[in-house]
Amino acid sequence: MSAPIPRGAPETPSRPDDRPPLDPAVLRGEFPLLAANPDFAYLDSAATTQKPGAVLDALDRFYRESNANVHRGLYPLAEKATAAYEGARGEVARFLGALAREVVWTRGTTESINLVAQSWGRASLGPGDAVLLTGMEHHAGLVPWQILAAERGFELRFLPFDARGELELERLEALFEDGRVRLVGVVHGSNVLGTINPVERIAAFAHERGALVLVDAAQTVPHRRVDVRSLGADFLAFSGHKAYGPTGIGVLWAREALLETMPPWQGGGDMILSVRLEKSTWNELPYKFEAGTPDIAGAVGLAAALRWLDSLGRDRIAEAERSLTAYAVGRLAAVEGLRLLGEPDERGPLAAFDLEGVHPHDVAQFLGKEGLAVRSGHHCAQPVHRELGLAASARASFAVHTTRDEIDRLAEALVRCRRYFS
Amino acid sequence: MSDFDELYQEIILDHYRRPRGAARLDEVPEGEIHENPTCGDSLKLKVEFGPDGRIARVLHESRGCAISVASASMLTGAVAGLVPAEALSLAGEVEAALRGEGDDPRGFLEGNGELAALAGVAAFPARVKCASLAWRALESALAPPPGTDRGS
Repeated sequence: MSAPIPRGAPETPSRPDDRPPLDPAVLRGEFPLLAANPDFAYLDSAATTQKPGAVLDALDRFYRESNANVHRGLYPLAEKATAAYEGARGEVARFLGALAREVVWTRGTTESINLVAQSWGRASLGPGDAVLLTGMEHHAGLVPWQILAAERGFELRFLPFDARGELELERLEALFEDGRVRLVGVVHGSNVLGTINPVERIAAFAHERGALVLVDAAQTVPHRRVDVRSLGADFLAFSGHKAYGPTGIGVLWAREALLETMPPWQGGGDMILSVRLEKSTWNELPYKFEAGTPDIAGAVGLAAALRWLDSLGRDRIAEAERSLTAYAVGRLAAVEGLRLLGEPDERGPLAAFDLEGVHPHDVAQFLGKEGLAVRSGHHCAQPVHRELGLAASARASFAVHTTRDEIDRLAEALVRCRRYFS
Repeated sequence: MSDFDELYQEIILDHYRRPRGAARLDEVPEGEIHENPTCGDSLKLKVEFGPDGRIARVLHESRGCAISVASASMLTGAVAGLVPAEALSLAGEVEAALRGEGDDPRGFLEGNGELAALAGVAAFPARVKCASLAWRALESALAPPPGTDRGS
């Protein structure tokens, strides 16, 4: 039987955080990998974050002191493991302003979106329906719907973005006009353009017309306050490993009433109430969606990461990264021959760019030699690059430990890089 | 020489800056464009034969990094004058050597003229696809998969 589910407390009202601003140079010391490599500038946190000691300790402590399977054993150690695991669910719920029973563990954002497609989508969509996605979705926000659309015969529509990297919201009216759109899939923070999309406005628009909203929050949960109710989301997905947590764990949050109506998508242990040879009945929420032994330590590690983020203060993090990102944009834009991809009103902590005459692979290889880790390629967003007339780009992305000194080193190395390859 | 300097030695940079055999190949159909899935790089390739059935000239339109463009450029020199079977065999050996396979991959590349400059790629597994792209394109140009109508 399942353990009682801790209910997420309603979001604590946000008080102004009057602590001094975060100091990235000090925070760097909390990351063992960075502390051990003082000259290494990790500028690829949008791909995956480095892990603070608090998270590594929580993983280690779980395996040393609390390891057992969950929801099964009745001995004290098993109860301890279950309490840690379900406690982690409660912490995720609090972090998102949600209820614990609305939090489904997955392997990450990709699996969360696939779950929505394969469970809700398969049961709800068919010929005559449409799913509206944006032109700046990560492949994880596109491909699950392409697969299902081919099978179920519904239509995919796209909300384009403009030259600045902002969604063209004025087109929404026309896209919804025939009343066929059942779901809007929107990325909260673009992993290429950096755009923070106005999810609240899109959700309000969609809800007025009877459509649901799925938010890919992989690039925003680690960097700002994300509250599922104030966003107006129906589904929200994020990954642990982009939020200072371990790889292999992620979250799908969905409104309780929706989860109740959705069929399971994978069968196995833990997701059932009773099993006969020919027929089974499903467990209560959220276990109905969690077949098999889950990533217990991963859940515990993710909760430790969210606690760590909260201890820094999410508003302080957002402020420190906003200021660092503005500095980086200024420094990069001043590099001759460098073109930033997107100039959105509100930018998350990343900057993708094209360096004239130098392929992004060569940029990343050159910077790598200088101890600067940036991403190169299409960042799992080929349609975005196609729209910009590029095959690929280089991207620097930032985190709480990114210093202005690292940005200076990046800008200076890019000048040398262009000279080297021209 | 560091791994980086071996990867980007002068001869690679020279082929990148002045690629041999580079051309606009608008006539090559979209279905024959070769892409590197990790970065979206693309390459079109066209083989022209002499009256003796030997490869007279290889042209390519490359959109890629220094390594992939230089590799395509070197390919044009390495296969000119070969019969298709010889070129296919060379392509297979080059790709294996880039992956570090065989008894002496470095020795094989170093024994093949300018291709020696590609020996540094093996130290960077992520770049093997870049260096292999043109050779894979050559293979499919010379030995199209069954059922492919090349419209020649």
